[in-house]
Amino acid sequence: MRTHAEITSLEDAVADLVHDGDIVALEGFTHLIPVAAGQELIRQRKRDLTLVRMTPDIVYDQLIGAGCARKLIFSWGGNPGVGSLHRFREAIQTGELEIEEHSHAGMANRYVAGASGLPFAVMRGYNGTSLPEHTDTIKPIACPFTGEQLTAVPALGLDVGIIHAQQADRQGNVQLWGQTGVQKETVLGAKRSIVTVEEIVDELVPKPYAVVLPRWVVTRVCEVPGGAKPSYAQDYYDRDNDAYKAWDAISRDKEKFAAWLETL
Amino acid sequence: MSWEPDEMMSVAAARELRDVTACFVGIGLPSTGANLARRTHSPDLVLVYEAGAVGAKPPRLPLSIGDGMLGETADYIAAVPEIFNYWVQPGRIDVGFLGAAQIDRFANINTTVIGDYDHPKVRLPGAGGAPEIAASCGEVIVIVRQSPRAFVETVDFITSVGHGDGPGSREKLGLIGNGPTKVITDLGILEPDPETCELVLTHVHPGVEADQAREATGWELKVADDLVTTDPPTDEELRELRELVAAR
Repeated sequence: MRTHAEITSLEDAVADLVHDGDIVALEGFTHLIPVAAGQELIRQRKRDLTLVRMTPDIVYDQLIGAGCARKLIFSWGGNPGVGSLHRFREAIQTGELEIEEHSHAGMANRYVAGASGLPFAVMRGYNGTSLPEHTDTIKPIACPFTGEQLTAVPALGLDVGIIHAQQADRQGNVQLWGQTGVQKETVLGAKRSIVTVEEIVDELVPKPYAVVLPRWVVTRVCEVPGGAKPSYAQDYYDRDNDAYKAWDAISRDKEKFAAWLETL
Repeated sequence: MSWEPDEMMSVAAARELRDVTACFVGIGLPSTGANLARRTHSPDLVLVYEAGAVGAKPPRLPLSIGDGMLGETADYIAAVPEIFNYWVQPGRIDVGFLGAAQIDRFANINTTVIGDYDHPKVRLPGAGGAPEIAASCGEVIVIVRQSPRAFVETVDFITSVGHGDGPGSREKLGLIGNGPTKVITDLGILEPDPETCELVLTHVHPGVEADQAREATGWELKVADDLVTTDPPTDEELRELRELVAAR
């Protein structure tokens, strides 16, 4: 019986838990993006991953550019307030990357279904849009009580869920706070999970709007200070907007991107 | 004070939020208009951002919809599934403020691809929260610069449904909101005709001729008989807007 989350290095956690071909989600909506963990996937040359994320941003651009992904499941891909993700965009335009595209509401519900142990979730959405014509994981379903036509989306079936949090204690209980997106569902909906944290503390002090993930639902905790940079960790550091702006020039140019990859 | 066309567009957008309780805010031009409204005539306007902030009061324009200042100044922070399932889906938000890459005469919006989906000419970011905002908010206001590239006869992809293929479309699809009621551009304001649902130019901004709007539209744009000229931005509106943009 597992009573504690194991505390290890990020390198060991990624080596032990992420296998080529896995379905892997790295979540964090602008806030607490697990950038260090994503870059560790690149460093260990993971291949053929199905990468899942509502808002693929620069760390997904890096993973795609580095050749880690076979397929991407997502709902909005861009560099917010800056423009395109050029590695992402090129991989789609050339057909190198398979995509499965949803709306945010659809993705959020797919995470909820996974966390709930259900095969699918029901929602009101997508009616009249072009998305169901291109995405097999959007299906109509009739309400068994009223007959109303609704939409079903399947659970994501994650092998690994990866998030970044502010704190964990020594038993591996995790606390994150501020805007927490779909991180709870990412961990609860995955067979295995990795949580990188800003710091490991003796005692977790409850915070407003906190999500607490008890030690026995988390597989690994890794202490990685600054592990969400250039995104932000509330009460630790701010978003580095300049880094997001600077990424545009690197991502746009294949040679610059290759040179950046060498520095990793 | 003189002003730029983009400033007129943001001011016109902000004015639409008088007497509105809650507005769901997309990033970019919509965020500028919504924040200007809160800083001028509607200090109690509840701004909802898809990363979870409900009642955000950002001191400057956020670069991203999940910026720290949105959460830190919010009345409440919801998890993302809750934002969509509890707040958007049941129609609890009065107005959705959306942008567009392409828009057609029935105000259907494309933010997904230009060209064929499987072999796109230009891959755009995709749907984000827009499809459900467009489906379920009480009404939708679209803020987009007017050009033949954006205002097209047929959108390449329907990311968010406006008025579908005309009258009765939204009811047939079971969409609970009223859909787009205004499209605000740098040239004027378009509104769906109550009978046909087709967008009609009802306002031009000061100094703009109806022909300019016609030329910037990829279909034969109808112009209202009683075309109105938008009130120019006041000094206060411009001052607040410039402060907001400069602080970014």
